[in-house]
Amino acid sequence: MSTETLEQVVVEKQPQEQLFSKRRRRFVTDPLNDDNPITVQVLGICSALAVTVKMEPTIIMAVSVVFVIVFSNLIISLMRNLIPTRVRIIVQLGVIATLVTVVSEVLKAYSYPMYKVLGAFVGLIITNCIVMGRLEAFAMGNKPWDSVLDGLGSGFGYAWVIITVSFFRELLGSGSVFNFKIFEAIHWANFPTMGLMVDPIGAFMVLGILIWIQRSRSGYVEN
Amino acid sequence: MNLLSLGIKSAFIDNMIFAYFLGMCSYLAVSKKVTTALGLGSAVVFVLGITVPLDWLVQEYILKEGALSWLGPKFADLDLEFLQFIMFIAIIAAMVQLVEMVIEKFSPALYGSLGIFLPLIAVNCAILGASLFMVQRDYTFSEATVYGFGSGFGWMFAIVALAAVREKLKYSNVPDGLKGLGMTMLITGLMGMAFKSFIGIAL
Repeated sequence: MSTETLEQVVVEKQPQEQLFSKRRRRFVTDPLNDDNPITVQVLGICSALAVTVKMEPTIIMAVSVVFVIVFSNLIISLMRNLIPTRVRIIVQLGVIATLVTVVSEVLKAYSYPMYKVLGAFVGLIITNCIVMGRLEAFAMGNKPWDSVLDGLGSGFGYAWVIITVSFFRELLGSGSVFNFKIFEAIHWANFPTMGLMVDPIGAFMVLGILIWIQRSRSGYVEN
Repeated sequence: MNLLSLGIKSAFIDNMIFAYFLGMCSYLAVSKKVTTALGLGSAVVFVLGITVPLDWLVQEYILKEGALSWLGPKFADLDLEFLQFIMFIAIIAAMVQLVEMVIEKFSPALYGSLGIFLPLIAVNCAILGASLFMVQRDYTFSEATVYGFGSGFGWMFAIVALAAVREKLKYSNVPDGLKGLGMTMLITGLMGMAFKSFIGIAL
């Protein structure tokens, strides 16, 4: 709700700029591929890999991270002129920790089994470098609506990577998708599942290969 | 549990990097040279060894259900556990600042080599992760201290080993798309397989 009132203020002040102008669309589309937080900027890998054994917790995690990024971006952007630069890190951490506490309490109330699966990793969204990185690099110097779009972009960029990783890990490691035994369904009961994929090692390998594919498509080379 | 075996278990078998992916951001970003990796590693050991027991005290005497009973019977059934994240992160940030000031004052040489890494540690997930695991696993105070130091040492071990591999990797011809992050991920996977061999050790 609050975002809608904010965006109107922005539009009134600058009638020439539309709500989804080309410049603003780029905030959302850039992090999806060319400037992806995980595969290009190397951020947020900490919690990204730990929850990707199965698809269901991964999606919950992705939604939680998108929520935290968007709202912390919005809140910090609204307060950006009030925060003294010397204490900005602790203010940012305070805002993030509050939002993560909200996510964690909601999960505990409505989806307790999922809360048990994710365990400490919900709390670790606080130290997810993507959130801190976006606050520091974008929300501290931009208007609220732009910051919300930027948060959405980075959040979705993070989400598609971890969902892809979890798809391959669950498919090859447990032979299922969303706990649905896909190989049994097509009468291939002796499908050789790989124990390595359920293990952390599988996550490193899948993500390494995903980065390889993504970077050779976009032509990005790290030196 | 025997403290020595807990220390070895937290450093090698339950290694922060290879078993839980914690502290990956700085692990990937600061592992280009062995000396800097060693500097960041020792800073992490230091901060982990202090904050985990400190967080244990906070959890035990302030946050846990009924933990405030030492204030009087009125407080006996208070449950402040929902404040856990904020309290822990505030303690970590404060400790990092304090450690930074103490080191700057008493050992300028060490400060010079750790300098830039110290503030980074506040957002290292290994620190917050260790505190949260400590709560999940119901450690005692001495176990929490050993766990903090042990997992910090395991993290340092992992980052120094990776930095050593990456120093040699400069001389090899890696495909363009795999350069940097991609190759580091695959190497970490291979190192993780090597660390799997510790699992067989019964403690």
